[in-house]
Amino acid sequence: MLRTENLQIRRDQKIVLADVTLDVRPGEVLGVLGPNGAGKSTLLAALCGELAPTGGQVWLDEQALGHWKGAQRAQRLAVLPQTSTLDFAFRVEEVVGMGRLPHQTGRTRDAEIIHEALQAADVEHLAGRSYLALSGGERQRVHLARVLAQLWPGQNGQTLLLDEPTSMLDPLHQHTTLKAIRAFADRGAAVLIILHDLNLAARYCDRLLLLEQGRPRALGCPQAVLQPDELKAVFGLDVLVQPHPELGCPMVIAR
Amino acid sequence: MRTLVKPRSLFIGLSALCLLSIWLSLALGPVSLPLFDTLRAALRLVGVPIAGEGLEQAELILGQIRLPRTLLGLAVGGVLALSGVAMQGLFRNPLADPGLVGVSSGAALGAAIAIVGGAAFGGLPEFFGPYLLSLCAFLGGLGVTALVYRLGRRNGQTNVAVMLLAGIALTALAGSAVGLFTYLADDATLRTLTFWNLGSLNGASYARLWPLLIVTAGVALWLPRRAKALNALLLGESEASHLGIDVEGLKRELVFCTALGVGAAVAAAGMIGFIGLVVPHLVRLLAGPDHRVLLPASVLAGATLLLFADLIARLALAPAELPIGIVTAFLGAPFFLYLLMRGRH
Repeated sequence: MLRTENLQIRRDQKIVLADVTLDVRPGEVLGVLGPNGAGKSTLLAALCGELAPTGGQVWLDEQALGHWKGAQRAQRLAVLPQTSTLDFAFRVEEVVGMGRLPHQTGRTRDAEIIHEALQAADVEHLAGRSYLALSGGERQRVHLARVLAQLWPGQNGQTLLLDEPTSMLDPLHQHTTLKAIRAFADRGAAVLIILHDLNLAARYCDRLLLLEQGRPRALGCPQAVLQPDELKAVFGLDVLVQPHPELGCPMVIAR
Repeated sequence: MRTLVKPRSLFIGLSALCLLSIWLSLALGPVSLPLFDTLRAALRLVGVPIAGEGLEQAELILGQIRLPRTLLGLAVGGVLALSGVAMQGLFRNPLADPGLVGVSSGAALGAAIAIVGGAAFGGLPEFFGPYLLSLCAFLGGLGVTALVYRLGRRNGQTNVAVMLLAGIALTALAGSAVGLFTYLADDATLRTLTFWNLGSLNGASYARLWPLLIVTAGVALWLPRRAKALNALLLGESEASHLGIDVEGLKRELVFCTALGVGAAVAAAGMIGFIGLVVPHLVRLLAGPDHRVLLPASVLAGATLLLFADLIARLALAPAELPIGIVTAFLGAPFFLYLLMRGRH
């Protein structure tokens, strides 16, 4: 399990993230919300070891994150960045297959896993195509399939960190992608996901963390966090919050 | 999508071409030997017991001149192509060149110091001169690359963009130093310097060959072990580290292998451009970017291409000989432009 206590990140003397105490629990999807510059990506970078905390500590299971060896850590923790800069004509399944690098499961098992991950991210039909020939949204889904393959099939003890995995997707694929991520968590993995769409967050996340200027403003279930006055304070946006007519989850409507 | 060549067919094709280039490289030159005699003499040289009447001259030419030259071409071409793959992986850019980290310009500076400095002390001793030149070129390449690498490091991390810019700056600096030595040189030294800068496989000898062969074999055996890590590196440095790759270690290995490989190649044969750029590109067009295929295939393709370039250098103005750097640049530069233009669409 990935957890952190009183995490603080300073950049050039300026505190960009502070007082974050968090655990990403097995089987749950934890959404991170906040306006631009609130420290969402900084939090993710600190949680995956890319940024060294200037205060506090990040733990993966019972060991400090920095003490893990590369491959062992990669078997437990996968990270999907906001954008990727792959400029070589790998085939789609080769890109997804890179997710199997930390494992020694053998070629046959890897091929099965790659196939299942391609299906989960709905990019199975792109197999055989060159990555460079894909659209932005297709590339994003291919990278999602890659990090899914890295932890496939997903179980207790594994953590997936996702930075806006739906930013380039059409409405249908925003939902199919989050359903796939939801299913992944239901198999036991812990998922932390940065989202901008409040309604997607309300519908697919178990808990939400609302960040404001680098500090947690609220942490709890969507009903508790998505309150009109909170959202007004953090985003400066006037909203109505109503229950979804069919699903009952909160639905946020700008006024 | 265009189907790629299967790795198996690629290796068979490249091996055949490579053997053909070796055969032609052994047979053709100012004194052309009959192809069949060349084959028999070459087989005798490697210890196959066949009758050797009438092959004395062929064996002499082969053993003393053509074989070391061919081996030199194979090693230089192979190691330059490998270094190109390493640099394109390091910079995650298919248009990167081994020269980017300053190894070529450093080697040129080392060579200029040896040639002009040696001449200032009344000429280098006959038996020692060539070795001193190679050694200075090798150390110059290694030294400048080490400096570029140091400049690119900050807080224990290597920033390849800073390395790239530091490489450009140090290349310019080394270029100005070479210019100064050129200015100071007398006519004879100037000629040596100029020809060295154009590169040549001429005058290959076994003594100068061994260090390069050892370095080439080392790099050619080492880099393929890191093929999967190189694939992951193309995703991005942080992505690779999330896949469990020791990215800093990998970058260090890539820079070290390139400095060693290009340094040794330039020390043995002078400046030969474009092989490191063009060969990995050609192989990628044929077989895709997977380093598990790309690395070994580039060795074969680089070796083959350099031998064919050397054949052109030998035969185009026979009995005079063109510097091979002219040939590779003449073929390579338009190809590079073609890639650049193609990439725009």
